[in-house]
Amino acid sequence: MQIKQLLDIEKIRSDFQILKQKVNNKPLIYLDSSATSLTPDCVINEIEKYYKEYRANVHRGIHALSEKATLAYEAAHQKAADFINAEFEEIIFTKGATESLNLLAYTLTKRLHKGDEIILTEMEHHSNLVPWQQLAKEKEILISFIPVTAEGKLDIKKLHEMITRKTKIVSITHVSNVLGTINDVKTVAKLVHSNGSLLIVDGAQGVPHISIDVKKLDCDFLVFSSHKMLGPTGIGVLYGKKNLLENLDPFLYGGDMISEVSFAHAKWNELPWKFEAGTPPIAEAIGLGKAIDYLNELGMENIKDYEEYLTEYAIKKLKEIKGLTLYGPQDAKERTSLFSFNVEGIHPHDMATILDREGIAIRAGHLCAMPLVTEILKANSVCRASLYFYNTPEEIDNLVDGIKKAKNIFGK
Amino acid sequence: MKEALIVNEEEEIYRENILDHYKNPHNYGSLDHCTFTHSQNNPICGDNIAMFVNLENDKVKEIKFSGTGCAISIASASLLTEKVYGMSKNEIKKLTKEDIQKMIGVPLSVVRMKCALLSLTVLSKGLEEWENKNHEKSKN
Repeated sequence: MQIKQLLDIEKIRSDFQILKQKVNNKPLIYLDSSATSLTPDCVINEIEKYYKEYRANVHRGIHALSEKATLAYEAAHQKAADFINAEFEEIIFTKGATESLNLLAYTLTKRLHKGDEIILTEMEHHSNLVPWQQLAKEKEILISFIPVTAEGKLDIKKLHEMITRKTKIVSITHVSNVLGTINDVKTVAKLVHSNGSLLIVDGAQGVPHISIDVKKLDCDFLVFSSHKMLGPTGIGVLYGKKNLLENLDPFLYGGDMISEVSFAHAKWNELPWKFEAGTPPIAEAIGLGKAIDYLNELGMENIKDYEEYLTEYAIKKLKEIKGLTLYGPQDAKERTSLFSFNVEGIHPHDMATILDREGIAIRAGHLCAMPLVTEILKANSVCRASLYFYNTPEEIDNLVDGIKKAKNIFGK
Repeated sequence: MKEALIVNEEEEIYRENILDHYKNPHNYGSLDHCTFTHSQNNPICGDNIAMFVNLENDKVKEIKFSGTGCAISIASASLLTEKVYGMSKNEIKKLTKEDIQKMIGVPLSVVRMKCALLSLTVLSKGLEEWENKNHEKSKN
C-alpha cells in the first residue's frame, strides 16, 4: 500500500509544540493518544486569548466581555453539534464522557423498575459499566453483557437472543479502548429501536477518529470527551435526541439551569442549559471548539484513511515479533489505530519502562476495562500503543525496535 | 542538573541483580502454618503479592511470598524477604520507602516506586492486622 499524501504530516507535527522535545534524551514518540491526545498550539492560543482578552462569565453579564464570552461559548456548542450532525439544543457540555454516562445512568434508571433490564457489552470501559452496575443493585435491575468473540468483535447475533420486552436501555461503546474494534452501531440501533429500547453510544474512542453522523447512526445518546480529540481536559459532550432530553429530569441543580426560582419551587431552563448547572467550563469549551475546527480543516475522512494506513502497517510489523500477542481484530478496516499487546515473559509495566527510556510513551495496565482484560483476554494487564494522525510509520518502527530491546533485556 | 538525571548503562533499572530476583525469586512459595498472612493488589495493574510470615520471639523465623507482578515488584518482594529475615517486629515497622529504594538500588519513577513498595505494604499491613487482632483478644 502506498502512503497516501492526504495529510501533510510534517506540517501537522509542527503544529504541536509538545512534540518538539526529548524524553530521556530521545525524541518523544507519543503513543498514548487513546488515554489523552496531544493539543495543537492553535487550541492553546485560543484558550489563552479568552483568559487574556475577554475572560468573563456567560449568560449573566450585560457587559461587553460577558457578551463576547457568551457568544464564544455558544459557538462552541454549535461547532460540537455540527461535528456530529446534531442540533444546537442537543449538545450538553459536561466534565467528560464519564460524567455524561453518569448523568444518563442516574436520570434514566430513575424511571426503571425492579426486574427491568439493561444490556451492556463485555468490552466496556469502567465508565460505561460501574454507573449502571451500582444503580442496578439499588433498583434490582438486571444487567447482561453482549459477548466478545475470540476475534475481539462484538457478537451482535447474541443480542437478538438477549433483548426482551424488559430491556429498557442498551449502552455500548463505538470503539473498544482495549481491542480497537469498531462496532456496528447502526445494526445495533435498528435492533434496539425495533424493540422499543433506548441506545446509548460511548463515543470516547470513536469520535476522535471516525466521522460520526448521529442522524445516520440513529443512536439516542452519544457521549465523548474533548481531551481525546485535541481539546483541553475537563470538558466532554452529551448528545441526546431533543425529545428525549426534554423529558429527562436535570442531573445537577444550581445556577443557569433554571428559568424561575421561588423559595419552594423551580422551573427548568430550556435545552441545553437545563443540564448545565453552574458556571460551565468556558475556556475549555472555546478550546474544544477550536480543536473541532482543526479536525475539520484536516478532514475526518483524511484522518480515517491515514490512520487506516498506519494501522495496517502497525499490525504487519507487530505480528512479525515472535512471542507477541496482538489483541483485537487483525484487519485494519475493522479497528482503529490502538494496539493492545503482550510479549511473552515481559510484564507490561516493564515493557512501558523500557520503552519510556527510548522516549516512547505507551500505556500499561488493565486500561480501565478490568473485566475484559482479566476475564476475557485472560491477562493481568496489557501494553497499549495508541496512535493518532500526528504519528508516523517511522515511529511504529521505533516501537518495534524498543520491543525488541525489551526482549533482549529479558531474554538474557 | 538535568544531565545528572540521565541514567547511564551502569544504572540500568533492569540490571542483572533485579532480573535474577525476577526470574528466580528467593523465598517464593507459601507457608501452611504461619503467624500471619496477607495479600494485596496493585490497583494500577492488578498484580498481587501475598506474604506468609512465621514469628518466633517476635522475630521473623520464616517468610515466603507468592504472586504475579512486574520485574520490579517481584524482585522487590524477593529482596525484602531476605532483608527482613531475622528482623524483629519493631524493626519491620520502621522500614521506610527510602529503605526500599536503597534495597532496589536503581532509580525508579513515582509510578514504578508503587510496584517496588507493594511487598512492604503487604508485609506491614499483615503485621498490623495481626497485632490488632491480638490486641482485641487480650482485651477480651
